[in-house]
Amino acid sequence: MKSQLYISKVTKRNIRNGLLFVSPFLIGFTCFIAYPILASLYYSFCDFNIFQEPRWIGIENYRNMLKDDLFITSAYNTIYYTLLYIPFSLFFGIGMALLLNTKVKGLSIYRTIYYLPTLVPTVAASILWLQILDPTYGLINNILRIFGIYGPGWIADPKWAKPSLVIMGFWGIGGAVIIYLAGLQDVPQQLYEAAELDGASSWQKVIYITIPMISPIILFNLIIGIIGALQYFTQAYVMTSGGPANSTLFYSLYLFRNAFQFFRMGYASAMAWLLFITTLICTLVVLKSSARWVYYGGTK
Amino acid sequence: MQIIGDNKKKIFFKSLFIHLVLILVGITFMLPFFWMISTSLKSNEQLFVMPPKWIPTPLVWSNYPKALTFIPFFTYLRNTLQICFFCIIGTVLSCSIVAYGLSRIQWPGREVVFLLALSTLMLPYQVTMIPLFLIFKTLGWVGTYKPLIIPAFFGNGFYIFLLRQFFMTIPQELSDAAYIDGCSEFRIYWQIILPLSKPALATVALFTFLGAWGDFLGPLIYINEQNKFTLSLGLQLFRFAHDVEWSYLMAASTVATVPIIILFFFTQRTFIQGITLTGLKG
Repeated sequence: MKSQLYISKVTKRNIRNGLLFVSPFLIGFTCFIAYPILASLYYSFCDFNIFQEPRWIGIENYRNMLKDDLFITSAYNTIYYTLLYIPFSLFFGIGMALLLNTKVKGLSIYRTIYYLPTLVPTVAASILWLQILDPTYGLINNILRIFGIYGPGWIADPKWAKPSLVIMGFWGIGGAVIIYLAGLQDVPQQLYEAAELDGASSWQKVIYITIPMISPIILFNLIIGIIGALQYFTQAYVMTSGGPANSTLFYSLYLFRNAFQFFRMGYASAMAWLLFITTLICTLVVLKSSARWVYYGGTK
Repeated sequence: MQIIGDNKKKIFFKSLFIHLVLILVGITFMLPFFWMISTSLKSNEQLFVMPPKWIPTPLVWSNYPKALTFIPFFTYLRNTLQICFFCIIGTVLSCSIVAYGLSRIQWPGREVVFLLALSTLMLPYQVTMIPLFLIFKTLGWVGTYKPLIIPAFFGNGFYIFLLRQFFMTIPQELSDAAYIDGCSEFRIYWQIILPLSKPALATVALFTFLGAWGDFLGPLIYINEQNKFTLSLGLQLFRFAHDVEWSYLMAASTVATVPIIILFFFTQRTFIQGITLTGLKG
């Protein structure tokens, strides 16, 4: 009994040191994360405009969302963008990484070229693409005109504005490509050799070896991508301010406006919490489903 | 012989096809850059010439000094660098200390703290945005750089994760030998682990720099005086200013991008290593 209760001097010292070393994070977590999360949950049930004390109104904010057309528009736009961007970015990202992984000459040059666009600061990239997507003087429509095609109004057309932003998003796909590529290079070569002996085609090798082997990385990129897409903000703020006709009024943009332009802090907090819960649910669903499609090499 | 020849041909055409696709994609990825530079060197009339010329004649270099004086570029640059500097110091110090506590010291509870740190990655910024604003407002920090800098000194889940993974790969014997010599935990961290982790620390510093350089939402919320603006904020203001020609906007965007590209070419290996490190060891 006594020996079980006895904690050695070393263990004691380790606990003290361990806590000491992680204390910056614990303090930061308490002040900048835990308290704000709880505070925003509280505000979400309040009428609050920062000039007066928050006043408890129950679930009124959440109920108002359903009646708020702009809220519904912003949620729709965000889901639209996410559903359009995520599958295409996975497909292109993996496809480009597969092409790069064929022992091509000049790999490092291609890799650099694909990665460069991700370095452009978001605001600068937004301004640049505003020009590229200009219906009359923009790069895309000028190129299309060479082939005799009169392109759509892109960013100026409510129907094309979201697809325009998705296309712009592809320009920044290089980071994901490099992550996939690193994963592809780690796939054991013997697997391919064995498959070749069995007479597998290139396509079969991709489907039955490559994709399963890099599935943990696909999972990682999928989760990061969904979290990012749900928070889409800067491009819409800088390029279109939500227009034309609210076609690029994304969730985070509308949330920001409620908080810092209309000072409806309670309503904005409720929106933030809904976003938080949605993010958690999406992540959990993807993680749950991953048991069926992610292969961990039998180790985990 | 015939079969071998056919096979060679097949391989040749396959690699030709792959290169063609890669080059085509590469050109597509580079076109926006050419377009940005080309537009930045056009005069007002040249902007509206149809079809547009890729190399404007004459090249209007004076767009650059004009754009850079229209927005107080160098003030914004100094402000941005100042924020970047303190964010890097804060992030590298705090994340490495925390990562040390989560990897080099055996203590019950460290897994819980590690999971806590990881879970912060799933938290949308929007959730903490409003209460944080109110805290900083109460402290009188709104309008200063403190809300952008101070949180960096309290660790960041992502970089803690990255450094922890790296510290785990350093052999335990190094620490044990130092313990026997009577080294304190802090000295081992400072004099043994940190010097061995330079590549990982460089990666953290680099990505912190990029993050702070391009950050928009943070400065948008907290900085309201124009002379305190960062580059991103200044560019955005420029975009909404009246009567601004596209060429000036493109010149300013080019100048905001070039330093990063130059930095990239000097630190390419750290970059690539960092991206793969972050994506893989989950």
